[in-house]
Amino acid sequence: MDASSLSPVLDPILARWGRTPDRLLQVLREAQDATGWLSPELLAATARSLGLPLAHVRGVASFYSFLALEPAGEYRVLLSDGVTDRMDGSLELGERLCRRLWAEPDHTAGDGLVSVRRTSCTGLCDQGPAALVNGIAIPRLDGRVVDAIADLILARRPLDTWPVDLFSIPTNVRREDVLLRHGLSPGVAIAAALARNGAAPAGMIAELRASGLRGRGGAGYPTGNKWASCEAAPGESRYIVCNADEGEPGTFKDRVLLAREADLVFEGMTLAGHAVGATRGLLYLRGEYRYLLDSLEATLARRRAAGLLGATAGGGPAFDVEIHVGAGAYICGEETALLESLEGKRGIPRNRPPYPVTHGYLGRPTVVDNVETLCAAALIAVHGAVAWRRLGTTQSSGTKLLSVAGDCTRRGVYEFPFGVTVREVLEAAGADDPIAVQVGGPSGTLIDCAEFERHLSFEDLPTGGAFTVFGRGRDLFEVARQHVHFFAHESCGFCTPCRVGTSMLASVMDKIHDGHGSRHELAELDRLTSVLGNGAHCGLGHTAMNPVRDTITRFAPSYERRLASADFAPAFDLDAALAPARRMTGRDDPASHLGDAS
Amino acid sequence: MLDGAPVPFEPGQTVLQAALAADRYIPHLCYHPEFRPHGSCKLCTASVGGRLVATCTTPAEAGLVVDSETPQLRDVRRTLVQMLFAEGNHFCPSCEKSGNCQLQAQGSDLGVTTAGFRHLYPDRPIDASHPDAWIDFNRCVLCELCVRASDEVDGKHVFALAGRGLTKHLIVNAPSNRLGDTTFAASDEAMQVCPVGAILPKRVGFAVPIGSRRYDQRPVSAQALDDAPRPAGRSP
Amino acid sequence: MTVPARPRVRLATTSLAGCFGCHMSLLDIDEKLLPLLELVEFDRSPLTDIKHCGPCDIGLIEGGVCNAENVHVLREFRANCRVLIALGACAITGGLPAQRNHLDLGLCLQEVYLTEPSLSRGGIPNDPELPLPLDKVHPLHEIVRVDYYIPGCPPSAEAIWQVLTDLIAGRLPQLPERLVRYD
Ligand SMILES: Cc1cc2nc3c(=O)[nH]c(=O)nc-3n(C[C@H](O)[C@H](O)[C@H](O)COP(=O)(O)O)c2cc1C
Ligand code: SF4
Ligand code: SF4
Ligand code: SF4
Ligand code: FES
Repeated sequence: MDASSLSPVLDPILARWGRTPDRLLQVLREAQDATGWLSPELLAATARSLGLPLAHVRGVASFYSFLALEPAGEYRVLLSDGVTDRMDGSLELGERLCRRLWAEPDHTAGDGLVSVRRTSCTGLCDQGPAALVNGIAIPRLDGRVVDAIADLILARRPLDTWPVDLFSIPTNVRREDVLLRHGLSPGVAIAAALARNGAAPAGMIAELRASGLRGRGGAGYPTGNKWASCEAAPGESRYIVCNADEGEPGTFKDRVLLAREADLVFEGMTLAGHAVGATRGLLYLRGEYRYLLDSLEATLARRRAAGLLGATAGGGPAFDVEIHVGAGAYICGEETALLESLEGKRGIPRNRPPYPVTHGYLGRPTVVDNVETLCAAALIAVHGAVAWRRLGTTQSSGTKLLSVAGDCTRRGVYEFPFGVTVREVLEAAGADDPIAVQVGGPSGTLIDCAEFERHLSFEDLPTGGAFTVFGRGRDLFEVARQHVHFFAHESCGFCTPCRVGTSMLASVMDKIHDGHGSRHELAELDRLTSVLGNGAHCGLGHTAMNPVRDTITRFAPSYERRLASADFAPAFDLDAALAPARRMTGRDDPASHLGDAS
Repeated sequence: MLDGAPVPFEPGQTVLQAALAADRYIPHLCYHPEFRPHGSCKLCTASVGGRLVATCTTPAEAGLVVDSETPQLRDVRRTLVQMLFAEGNHFCPSCEKSGNCQLQAQGSDLGVTTAGFRHLYPDRPIDASHPDAWIDFNRCVLCELCVRASDEVDGKHVFALAGRGLTKHLIVNAPSNRLGDTTFAASDEAMQVCPVGAILPKRVGFAVPIGSRRYDQRPVSAQALDDAPRPAGRSP
Repeated sequence: MTVPARPRVRLATTSLAGCFGCHMSLLDIDEKLLPLLELVEFDRSPLTDIKHCGPCDIGLIEGGVCNAENVHVLREFRANCRVLIALGACAITGGLPAQRNHLDLGLCLQEVYLTEPSLSRGGIPNDPELPLPLDKVHPLHEIVRVDYYIPGCPPSAEAIWQVLTDLIAGRLPQLPERLVRYD
């Protein structure tokens, strides 16, 4: 494709987004949607249009796993490779799909029709195994669905003519409490917050502080303090960023909020804008949730028409929201990496200080809050701090949405007051014979049945929302190994300890898996724990060891039975290393083989 | 306070800058006095107020308690150097930078005798397309000093990083991705800053005999203090 | 690891995929070689006629591991030496031979023996007496546990002397900055 044939593709995209470098990622993403992949010509044309060095554009494009720098096929199938997807048989279904399509995994078929690859957990754990086809999610894969997909692809049926029920994604809400039962009509929370601000300067922020609300994205920072710091920071413009990147494997409650409670989310963003003095909001939607974009945009349009966004948003100061879509990078959930990504760059976590509340989006004071946090803030605007504090525990007020998946009969989203025990959740979810629960995803804590009386709360077991159940017969070593590969795949590569360490960690776990592990590997794991925990730049590296740490202490036998008896075993299969030479020489005599050390 | 002794600082200085200016050494690799601190190699990690952070990016403050020379931190730094050795292809005997290389010098200073980890032996072809310089990507430690120099000083944006995680790698600003097709010149600041033997001038080779190279004479801990910018009137 | 003080310490040395440069350096201990010989007696080594390594206190190995024969010798050393030392860049990193590691072994053999006219003399040798090459060249520590490493290409005589005398005296070997050299 030459440059002139590209302008019909690029020009409308550039017109929509504006020709500024901070829109680079959005431009690349849409250009790929239009052409299937990012050709060198397309990258060059984009670089020229945005006034960026080509190397910068290539650097950004190669950072995100959904952006293809090589032809990836007319149909691009990405199979969700979360732990629960695998528990539900995703690997076998993937093989079946490849067989039906005559496709080789991880390769684009010679005729350019299709490619089948794997991708990190897509947040459909309650209805897995899942896949993305050209970026659009298909849940509940089974043999029948896989065969249907293969037939549709082989018949070259355009995606928008596929049967709609393939794409239907129910919200599976299993337990509602104050948040999911809010019953508020659009505009009510904004008005309530404006009234609080009118009654006392920064009244909404004071109410939020009194409510004890803490961030739902995982870190649990007091939301009122965050808003207050942003409000107090010097600067002309401020921003509200809604973190809808929800990348933690096993978490999907934000997806449900975005699908079911979009008004409440935007309500929370708007009243946050009013409280801190921001006129612009940005919602960063993870690429895996691309299929929600149209309905979210429709909600925004409806709210604009109703005067809830725009020059006088809900009767208050101006506020509007823009949605950016990610492109397959877990690290972009980390708030400063997210800001970089919003600015169109590689998602590398920033050095802190300064913090986003003073130097955030485009260097301006910015509040970054999780989807659920913003919904809770809207609720507090209406019902007040006292009502919120009535629920939960002393240091963890209110309720928490849990994404329950794995070995249980009623998977889905549960809203419980903080302080609920693990056992109560397990019973509600119909988990018959659980041996372990991973609370908060791989970067959280994995506990065994001796700990099921523990409480979900910032005091005891903090959680960003994932609650993954493992039943009898599940191999926790394999769970840890899969998660370690997830971290290695998602490491942004900025800092040495995590870039190299997560890969070393994965190869040590592989070595143990292959039966070549020894005490030496256990010592190696200790060394990696220390360097990741002490040296890594951001939370990804700090927590990458957690799945191993928790399984090795609680499920030691799953490691021990894999360890070779020796105190050391080679890093690789020695006999296999002779295979190419055997093949080339045609030898197979005893001397052409290497056994275990005698 | 650094390792129990007071260290003066000026506003705007980071902990590492303040330490070096006061003739106190903390190991570092991706930091260079002339460029904005980057914070990626993590060699400068120390305990600052009880938390382990990169000192090259942490602002100095009154009353901060910094501990750097602890056995635990030495271990962490040694492991980081080992990781860098294992990640690339470092065969020092045939490297022109040997003796003048900061990675090597850090290894010597920290007593690194083996990469310890499994070597990754990546496949990274060299780029010899430029008339005056060549890049051996096998030795690149991804410190981004060349990127920063080309962006901030040369104003040319010749270098950038691509990929993510372990596939992260250096690229150059040309459709062909060859240095010879960029605006790079041997007089660029980016030519000077590479701490290892990744960006090298052509036709220089092993000019300095073994024994008189930079780190043959004094370890990097001493050299770095000589190079540190200091307020007028204070000498090392 | 401490080595009990005994009149003479038994030392074995060998070169795997190495160039004997490290052994030359060992001999370079020159004026100290005689005092060393008073402390140690050699088992299997290029300096002796002993063909197989017997029980030893210290094993010094130069060179990386590139074929099946190297693996056997390395295992023999590991099984018999209480302390095993990787000597020099090749033993520690794979060294120059490891520069072939990103190439495909099959293609290499094909290139050398079948394609390249000046080299090909009747196909790839398949004599069972010849050790088969591994697909990659490895440093020692990827195949057996290694206790100490003396870097350098070759390591200086002084560094070798330092480590050996530390061990013989029952100290934890420690190389000062000056002696940790990689070239
Ligand atoms: C590796 C990493 C991934 C993260 N992913 C998310 C995410 O997907 N969603 C989220 O809300 N917070 C995520 N966070 C936490 C954010 O950095 C940040 O704390 C949060 O968005 C703040 O919002 P809150 O105070 O409302 O929780 C992540 C943090 C790290 C270190
Ligand atoms: S810890 Fe990992 S994800 Fe975080 S900055 Fe370092 S390399 Fe990137
Ligand atoms: S760059 Fe430094 S460490 Fe790497 S080979 Fe060259 S001298 Fe050795
Ligand atoms: S080429 Fe040199 S200066 Fe540039 S990133 Fe690599 S090591 Fe750093
Ligand atoms: S010198 Fe501080 S991180 Fe590299």
